[in-house]
Amino acid sequence: METPPGTLIKRHRLTTRLWHWVNAVAIIVLIGSGLMILNAHPHLYWGAYGANFDRPWLSTPRWPGWITIPASYNLAIARRWHLLFALVLGFGLLAYMAASLANRHFRRDLTVRARELSPRMLWHDVREHWALRFHDPADPRAYNIFQKLSYVAVLFVLLPLMILTGLAMSPNMDAAWPWLLDLLGGRQSARSIHFLCAAAITGFTVVHLALVILAGSWNEVRSMVTGWWRVPE
Amino acid sequence: MILSRRSLIGTGGLALLAGCDRIAATPAGRTILFSGEKMNQGLQRALTNRAALALEFRADQMSPVFRTNGTRDPGTPAYQALAANRFADWRLAVNGLVARPLTLSMDDLRAFPQRAQITRHDCVEGWSAIGKWQGPTLGSVLKAAGVRTDARFIVFTCADLYRGEPYYESIDMVDAFHPQTILAYALNDRWLDVGHGAPLRLRVERQLGYKHAKYLMRIDAVASLAGIGRGKGGYWEDNVDYDWYAGI
Repeated sequence: METPPGTLIKRHRLTTRLWHWVNAVAIIVLIGSGLMILNAHPHLYWGAYGANFDRPWLSTPRWPGWITIPASYNLAIARRWHLLFALVLGFGLLAYMAASLANRHFRRDLTVRARELSPRMLWHDVREHWALRFHDPADPRAYNIFQKLSYVAVLFVLLPLMILTGLAMSPNMDAAWPWLLDLLGGRQSARSIHFLCAAAITGFTVVHLALVILAGSWNEVRSMVTGWWRVPE
Repeated sequence: MILSRRSLIGTGGLALLAGCDRIAATPAGRTILFSGEKMNQGLQRALTNRAALALEFRADQMSPVFRTNGTRDPGTPAYQALAANRFADWRLAVNGLVARPLTLSMDDLRAFPQRAQITRHDCVEGWSAIGKWQGPTLGSVLKAAGVRTDARFIVFTCADLYRGEPYYESIDMVDAFHPQTILAYALNDRWLDVGHGAPLRLRVERQLGYKHAKYLMRIDAVASLAGIGRGKGGYWEDNVDYDWYAGI
């Protein structure tokens, strides 16, 4: 049962599309404002404490105004953006996860099967990617294994870690939920992991955008706006 | 066609970054942006135990050096005179919506129920330092003054001017009567030095550093923050748009 190339198929559900765009805005605002917050003290430490007389494992350069929110130094406004959009990110993810369990999006589209992880299949998918073929002609609607693995990593590892490490930086949350600090190894470790997860999400976003362009930006963007996707030649 | 869309995807994000500053400059945008504070405060207060204690540490877990921040020395003639006499003439006034206004010397403060705690201090900038603080609980001082039931906030007035403006801070009654909220006169088993807020500073352990007012001169119980400073409850809140609720 092949779907012939050129056919328009419904690829993304409304909840997926809604969350995608809400989350895209949230991620951009959170990264921009997060880098401004980092500018206030661009040193990262491991453990519970860490300040100017302690040894950072990483000191970042000052992040330039074209990438930060706001563009000129203002920790207070950056925090306002960050803490408001943290709610959008957190509750958006929660709603999307609940909807995707209910409508079986996760089960149907993101379940990684053992055979997909065999070296032969992985190598086959690497070569397909190299040839810029990102879908299986026999089942064009399905995600390829690298899509699945990266979406699973972002949805179930990076975004939850981002939220937990964010909560662990709140002194009131630390008092109420001390297990956060046990889990993450202290507030400054949580801050470091928060930064590393943000870097990983930025890396994902760059690759994601590059692949959207390579796969055909009009078709891909339309499918995430309207749901309809044309099976490529 | 493809090129323009390609650039659309690429520049869309940057346009959004630039748009954020325009949004934040409009009154409506500011209202939405600033609504996050009350949402976060409401969520935290609703989802967490209001009496939860901040984590306390062992002596071997303390920061080797506890850095100073904000005002390092008030430097006013009045403060210099107090410091020259090792704060023997310093008094803390407790006023406002209380049955018995108090004027307390350091000896008076040491007669109240005391608490020593090794806690983590988190600056809004991102750094943390662990130190040992000691002093009377704020709750016991407020009880001695007979704080009235119509008081909703405690306002702390400091001896220092920060960038020419008087430093002050405020907390609500949830934090004021929290057992770890103390008026600290000692850091790491020594009298508080000038850099850390001598002779007395607030410790409000579940909030960020700027709430921990240093160089305390007076404490007032009030029903509203309106009419104090510019009405937002603190120096940073009034002048630099920091959140009044700094539990996050």
